[in-house]
Amino acid sequence: MNIIITIVVTALAVLYAGLFKAKKALLPLTLVGLLISLAFAVTAWNSNTVYYGMMEMDNFAIAFSSLTILGTIFIFLLTQNYFAKDSENVAEYYTLILFALAGIVIMVSYTNMSMLFIGIEIMSVALYILAGIRKNNFASNEASLKYFLMGAFSTGFLLFGITLVYGATGSFSLHAINQYLIGNYQAVSPLFYPGVILIMVGLCFKIGAAPFHFWTPDVYEGAPSLITAFMSTVVKTAGFAAFLRLFAGTFAPLHDFWMPPLMAIVCITLFIGNVTALFQKNFKRMLAYSSISHAGYLLFSLVTLTANSANNVMVYAAAYTFASIIAFAVLILVKQKTGHDNFESFNGLGKRNPLVALALTIAMLSLAGIPLTAGFIGKYLMFLNVMNEYQIYLVAFAILNALVGFYYYLRVIVAMYFKEGAEVVLETPVQYKVVLILSVIITIFLGVYPTIILNLI
Amino acid sequence: MEQLLILLIFLPVVGALVTAFTGNAAKHVALVFAVASLALTAVVAGQFIPDASTQFVVNLPWIQDLGIHFHAGIDGISLITVLLTNVLVPIIILASYQHNYKSPAGFFALILFMQAGLLVVFTAMDAFLFYIGWEAALIPIYFICAIWGGKDRIKVNMKFFVYTIAGSLFMLLGIIYLYLQNPAHNFDIQAFYQLHLDPVQQGWIFWSFFIAFAIKMPIFPFHTWQPDTYTEAPAAGTMLLSGIMLKMGIYGVIRWLLPIVPAGVEEWGNTAIILSIIGIVYASLIAFRQKDAKRLIAYSSIAHVGLISAGIFALNTQGMQGAMIQMLSHGVNVIGLFFVLDIIFSRVKTNTIAELGGIAKSAPKLAIAFLIIVLGTVALPGTNGFIGEFLLLIGIYQYNIWAVVFAGLTVIFGAVYMFRLYQNIMLGKTNELTLGFADIKGTEQIVLVIICALIIVLGVYPKPILHLSEASVQQLLEQVNQKLTSVK
Repeated sequence: MNIIITIVVTALAVLYAGLFKAKKALLPLTLVGLLISLAFAVTAWNSNTVYYGMMEMDNFAIAFSSLTILGTIFIFLLTQNYFAKDSENVAEYYTLILFALAGIVIMVSYTNMSMLFIGIEIMSVALYILAGIRKNNFASNEASLKYFLMGAFSTGFLLFGITLVYGATGSFSLHAINQYLIGNYQAVSPLFYPGVILIMVGLCFKIGAAPFHFWTPDVYEGAPSLITAFMSTVVKTAGFAAFLRLFAGTFAPLHDFWMPPLMAIVCITLFIGNVTALFQKNFKRMLAYSSISHAGYLLFSLVTLTANSANNVMVYAAAYTFASIIAFAVLILVKQKTGHDNFESFNGLGKRNPLVALALTIAMLSLAGIPLTAGFIGKYLMFLNVMNEYQIYLVAFAILNALVGFYYYLRVIVAMYFKEGAEVVLETPVQYKVVLILSVIITIFLGVYPTIILNLI
Repeated sequence: MEQLLILLIFLPVVGALVTAFTGNAAKHVALVFAVASLALTAVVAGQFIPDASTQFVVNLPWIQDLGIHFHAGIDGISLITVLLTNVLVPIIILASYQHNYKSPAGFFALILFMQAGLLVVFTAMDAFLFYIGWEAALIPIYFICAIWGGKDRIKVNMKFFVYTIAGSLFMLLGIIYLYLQNPAHNFDIQAFYQLHLDPVQQGWIFWSFFIAFAIKMPIFPFHTWQPDTYTEAPAAGTMLLSGIMLKMGIYGVIRWLLPIVPAGVEEWGNTAIILSIIGIVYASLIAFRQKDAKRLIAYSSIAHVGLISAGIFALNTQGMQGAMIQMLSHGVNVIGLFFVLDIIFSRVKTNTIAELGGIAKSAPKLAIAFLIIVLGTVALPGTNGFIGEFLLLIGIYQYNIWAVVFAGLTVIFGAVYMFRLYQNIMLGKTNELTLGFADIKGTEQIVLVIICALIIVLGVYPKPILHLSEASVQQLLEQVNQKLTSVK
């Protein structure tokens, strides 16, 4: 609970600091707040506190909270001068991101459906504004509107689903619902089934899984890159944690029922994400579509539920988060300098900016899943999990998709090193360097020695 | 003892890291590390006892939760490939001395990184480690070819990369499957050997591994990436690919495919031999028609490798021993050939056969070296190529007489196109291009002397090498046969 309180207090403090024009204090204040909440999270390890049956800070919640807070810290480090050119009032950006993070912590720790809904809404409303925060930018406005409409739509599905489940079981409590399923295994109320499917649809909207992914590319492209980075890493991780908490825990007894539709979603998601990413000319859109395909890999852990499912998601999400943060950081630098974010803008980057190019190379290799990077371990765990149940065809299909992935991730590397381009020197502020280097270290360390994270949860 | 192997594997990694920061002196630093590795290999070979056991074993827990160990060791078969790698890498680095590559530090660091990956592949006793090494060898060569290659390098390398990574992924599928079948849930090679899979499972595993290996070698019809990549890669890249990297596929077949799924090999080995033989004939025929010398060598390499793979799938001692020595010989010869072509290209900026001729007149030393290498390639008795091809043909003969009739064509065809190549480049009239052709000197001369010496020494006295691997090969075949009878 003190994690959420710290984050919210920080958010308010930052807002006031903004009112009193203490611009210099904003970032340090935020970082201190986040570090304190991270410390709270770490010290709460193994304590398993339950808050009034509404939230539970178990290791699962703490692990995902820590990951999302750490991701947010990295993203904040990238904010240097980023928002200043759009607006005088930067404090609102900080506050909104922090509020979204507060919602995220609720999303990963709920034990009651109402808290799931509240968490998602706190996060989403903040994101609707953040996506459209460039008032004078048409694409940003479009992104915001699209995101809001689709978000509202998906919330409707989610709420309807929750209602049906409530109708069947008479409770919002995950524990009670789970008990109901175990107790009435043969005679689950017919209301329950459509409820599960509707909740699944609602959550699939949020994590951007196909065929509910249509908002993703436009919103990702239209929103400011830094917000996109936040959405595609921290928000997505939270969405998966929420998904996992509900389906791997509470709905697990009905696995046979919801697994086939989920499997179909996984296949479509992988296919659409990868194939459309292949045809993108724009780096940011490629990242958006590839994030759809990563949602597909992450859902693998739900197709076959094992004791390791949660941890596998954790590893994959960590790998994906840090690699994506590198990708977006470099994207921001490149766009600031060249004004474009298509693949050609990366031409010849390797020569003049070896550090940046190397970091982006490692990020791409990790996203593609090359051994000795964290991305490989993540993918490997997913494949292992699915193959354990001998769904070899699914793994073979995923492998073919991974192959497509190699192709489009390599395009950036090809552009940076093998193509001649305008020899631009990127202005890389110290904070960017810190984020890049730390992310690279984490990516390689988790790839070479993943033991520390493998049995965390 | 185990420190020795760790040192052997990680010395190139250290070398790569040091080389990466040395700027223009990179080539010297890289050479020092490569020679140090070679010296270390000599120590290993000296201490090696040529029985069937695995020596210098390192077995450290790595990712224990997933049953992954850093488990490596050297037996006779490994030793041959380790020798191959550590003898050829310094030669390749020395052969690159004459080039002024842009950003040399990166270039030479990548070569050493690749060496480490190859050494992991050739010594791994843990399937996961093997896979990591397999991929770790691929990434550096991809960058070497794509950064320092010819003008079509981007497209060609994309094809190369996607092909090889596709193979690797299917192999990963097979490895995960075997891991799940293994009750101990680890990747230990001995545990994999002891698995009892039914013939259907073995068939699937066979293909998942075979495709990966066949792409690397390459065997027909998985070869289409190879001629383009060889042509576009920088000289050192081509040498690494043809001299060492394709042996990863051969080694994989021997070490992983045969003992793990003998029933799969029994069922599909015929297909593999037929594909290899088709490859031999087909690649030889195409080699005849090549206008570019580099492409000609590329196709001839497909033919030679086809013979090796047919010899392995014949599943007898002669075939297998032939493959062992031919791995070494082919590596030395093909590097020699590509180096000569590189020397020619650096002087006259062309490898088109029709534009060359008469080089022997102005460059007699080069002509002699080239002749020795060509003789080795066409397997003249007394050269290294002869021993290997002879044993391979005996092995294939024992398997099937018709197979050897067609496989033997490689020797005849090889002689024809190689001598024609030599004739058209070295003999005949000089033209404007080749008139003032400067003869070899300095490092070029050193490299060619070493290569020619290896060709002759291996040809005249191959026994020590054959002796190194003999016991291990015998044991491996016994193991395969035993497992086959137990399945029936």
